Amino acid sequence: MKSVRNIVAVVFFAIVGMFLIFSALMVHPFGNPNLVDGEEVETKMDDHIIGGINETTGKPYGAQTETGADNAVTSVVFDYRGFDTLGEATVLFTAVAGVMLLFRRRKK
Amino acid sequence: MNGMSRIVKTVSSFAFPFVLIYGFYIIAHGHLTPGGGFQGGAVVASGCAMILVAYGSIWTMERIKEKDLSIFESLGAIGFIGLAFFGLIFGGYFFKNYILEKGFFFNEMAIGASNINTAGVIPLMNFAVGLKVMAGLFAIVLVMAYASSKKEEDK
Repeated sequence: MKSVRNIVAVVFFAIVGMFLIFSALMVHPFGNPNLVDGEEVETKMDDHIIGGINETTGKPYGAQTETGADNAVTSVVFDYRGFDTLGEATVLFTAVAGVMLLFRRRKK
Repeated sequence: MNGMSRIVKTVSSFAFPFVLIYGFYIIAHGHLTPGGGFQGGAVVASGCAMILVAYGSIWTMERIKEKDLSIFESLGAIGFIGLAFFGLIFGGYFFKNYILEKGFFFNEMAIGASNINTAGVIPLMNFAVGLKVMAGLFAIVLVMAYASSKKEEDK
């Protein structure tokens, strides 16, 4: 019974490891964001994340011009999705309040 | 929980200011580099927890009480929500970035790789959330360690 379980575990491990190795081989090459499926494309990744200048209208666009922050992730967390951060802060506040209530010092 | 050996105390008190500086650096550069209030606050709270483990919870509780930490945490929460409400008052929207290109500090727009004086209300919110996270996480660890040490004394 135990040997059957070991065989199943080894086969499952091999399949999952194969998937992981294949996906690691298919991942984007590091430092070349313009390469999509092995072909060079025009758009740069910085244009989507940080922003650029629209060639037809001549106006700047993107997260950097909308929020003024360099870090696009921080501009999402504190500007576009500020309510999400408010909820996270509420979760932390509730956790601290619960722990303080549970481990409070009792006067005997 | 009593303190550990003298070697651990010396090494942790040597590493403590560097951990603190790294955490505050992550908080202060949250709008420029990866990281932010949550991550930097977690780093600072981890440094304080290292001191707590090395010196013991009774030694630490004599120096900082959990009530002071909860005051700091409430200050961070009030600052965060207050900044959002000031956006409602001055800009017209909740979470509006109202001091961008208007105030005296943090008012510049980011163009390319920019300096620290940018991004409006985002660095201030980073500071508020960082204060909240560092005080909250350290309060949790401190209270739980102190309660377990009390239980050991009773036995």
